[in-house]
Amino acid sequence: MKFNHSLTFLHHIRDIKDPEHPYSLEELKVITEDAVEVDDERSYARVTFTPTVEHCSMATVIGLCLRVKLMRSLPSRYKVDIRVAPGTHATEAAVNKQLNDKERVAAALENPNLVDMVDECLAPSYA
Amino acid sequence: MNFADGEFELKEIQKLEGHTDRVWSVAWKPATGINGVPAVFASCSGDKTVRIWEQDSTGSFHCQAVLDETHTRTVRSCAWSPTGKFLATASFDATTAVWENVGVDFECVSTLEGHDNEVKSVSWNKEGSLLATCGRDKSVWIWEVLPGNEFDCVSVLQGHTQDVKMVQWNPSMDALFSCSYDNTIKVWVEDGDSDDWHCIQTLGESNSDDLTIKIWSDIDKSQDWHKNAPWKHVCTLSGYHDRTIFSIHWSREGIIASGAADNAICLFVENNDNEVDGPTYKLLLKKEKAHEMDVNCVQWNSGDRRLLASASDDGTVKIWELVRLSGQKL
Repeated sequence: MKFNHSLTFLHHIRDIKDPEHPYSLEELKVITEDAVEVDDERSYARVTFTPTVEHCSMATVIGLCLRVKLMRSLPSRYKVDIRVAPGTHATEAAVNKQLNDKERVAAALENPNLVDMVDECLAPSYA
Repeated sequence: MNFADGEFELKEIQKLEGHTDRVWSVAWKPATGINGVPAVFASCSGDKTVRIWEQDSTGSFHCQAVLDETHTRTVRSCAWSPTGKFLATASFDATTAVWENVGVDFECVSTLEGHDNEVKSVSWNKEGSLLATCGRDKSVWIWEVLPGNEFDCVSVLQGHTQDVKMVQWNPSMDALFSCSYDNTIKVWVEDGDSDDWHCIQTLGESNSDDLTIKIWSDIDKSQDWHKNAPWKHVCTLSGYHDRTIFSIHWSREGIIASGAADNAICLFVENNDNEVDGPTYKLLLKKEKAHEMDVNCVQWNSGDRRLLASASDDGTVKIWELVRLSGQKL
């Protein structure tokens, strides 16, 4: 897999608002410039984010926000993996598994409360 | 059937559009596509509907019915009863609907409630007397089919420690297999006639999203399932898909089809070249870009042509036929 760090893709997600604090993911350093790796030839992107605290209960919501924004912004041929930065979450493997479980993501996006929360976080990123 | 000589191709027969969201599963109606009976299958989708498709005399499939206004969320899985009289549909709305098929009509005759949240899979036993469902609430439910289209829950199986993704009955005996996000597969049988179901074996322990296909066998053919754990791992197929494998199905001739998030379909056949103990399998062909997005389900029709249906995130169902490269049917 040949990766390039993509500032273009970063642009889609840097202004997403954190679910708990009135700051963007970039301002809180949840997302950094290195966050997005892209292999355009293989239509693959991977996003790595750092939750604000190790036991962050919002990790799955942040992951969902990232996935939804990229889903809406990228061509449908893209495969996207989302993960927490290694060593930054107490239950890293479990969180990563859930973030990339397509069935769980689909079900979450049918939950109106969750969709409202995600849309609120994504609003600043459409500007 | 000898697949060693000659080359084969999975020929695309038709692309079926109609669903307005991803298609999660397809299921062929039993005893169709054979003996002159037109092939029929059901597809279910994130658009909350189930579509019934039938093949006409020219060989083309068209949508015969849309089962809507019943489920209020994604329909994740569907399964026909053994005679094809009923179709059960499992939904993220936490219910399982049972539809009766009379002629070209489908009527929802029962709604099974009980799961706390998304139901992910449904399966009928060989006799059509029992139905199993499973879901994110970590449980497996077994329902008994009673006269008058009544369904009674006879057991709720707890044992998995996470999301249960799929259930499937053994085709020849009343043993139920459930597979879970907890990386295990459990085998459940009934204790005599007491309606007491328990787990006789737990398989797995390795990562369930490890990009491999594993084959298990009860080679010892122990008669007493209650005493021994008969299922043993005999073969692993790895390196064929580079993203999550969502579906696997065995044709009645033993061709294994797999569908994955790499948009590809693979076909495997038994490898008779080796002298090793036990069965091994080899790749017959890989169909790259079978769909434009993830392949969620592959299912062989059990009729007289080697038809395969595939369902995808791209919202389409495709019908394929396995043929020799010269174009001749097998």
